[in-house]
Amino acid sequence: MKKLISILALLVSPSLWAETPAQFIASYSAEAARTQPGFVADAARGKAFAAHNWGVSEKLASCTACHTDNPRNPGRHAVTGKNIAPLSPVVNQERFSDPAKVEKWFKRNCKEVVGRACTAAEKADYIAFALGGR
Amino acid sequence: MKSLVFIIGMLLSLASLTSLAEGFRAQATYPAVYKSECGSCHDPFPPGLLNKSDWGRVMQNLDRHYGTDASIENAKTAATLANWLEQNAGHRADTGTNPPRFTATHWFKREHREVPPEGLKKLGINTPTYCTGCHLGAAQGRYGENEIRVPGQTRRHEDD
Repeated sequence: MKKLISILALLVSPSLWAETPAQFIASYSAEAARTQPGFVADAARGKAFAAHNWGVSEKLASCTACHTDNPRNPGRHAVTGKNIAPLSPVVNQERFSDPAKVEKWFKRNCKEVVGRACTAAEKADYIAFALGGR
Repeated sequence: MKSLVFIIGMLLSLASLTSLAEGFRAQATYPAVYKSECGSCHDPFPPGLLNKSDWGRVMQNLDRHYGTDASIENAKTAATLANWLEQNAGHRADTGTNPPRFTATHWFKREHREVPPEGLKKLGINTPTYCTGCHLGAAQGRYGENEIRVPGQTRRHEDD
């Protein structure tokens, strides 16, 4: 019985099944809609979020500090200098394909740059920006 | 007698330097987990750059990792990495810094003494831990002389 419940839980948990950027946007949007009824992900909002200076970290003040303001461009870690592959799934198909990776990096980078966990709405907007925006 | 001891000592230290250089070359492939967990924010540093106790300190303080929280959520992954680093750790003395910084060692400084700071600036390299900036094979653990882009000089050899 326990096994059945966990299998059912797996089936209804959308984030575990998300494999395409659109699916990630859909699942984060659904989560956001629970507190903001009618929520629709918005690339322009995601762009503004990415460029926002959060004032938490001096060198990593915004997402764009490392990822540049164009998600199709390769980025560079503002502290270590390490090259970062483009965020946009349009030019980098690995992006937003692995739920564990997506959550790992949102968790780490939001804490470091934003100073808190990002909301589902912010994540949905951000992926919409990475996918479509420039 | 004293000079003989000195010469033998010199020879021994030369031999250890050579084996160190070879150690780097032998470390041609890093485990995938090392590249993804450590090498996604900075170059995957050769584990021989720190000794066991320094790596231990690094791994025990991942939540305060050189100014960032680099905690590894999966305890098994963290243990695998700590174990691999310990197995492949170097044998030099502690770096003597807290946190451990291999860039502070005499060895590192001596190896890089000829690197002109203005050349680094020209290449946009603002930290000595950005190995790939000059060591073109650093991501794969290769630090050979023939794969160095010397700052301010685009080609080291005419024929490479």
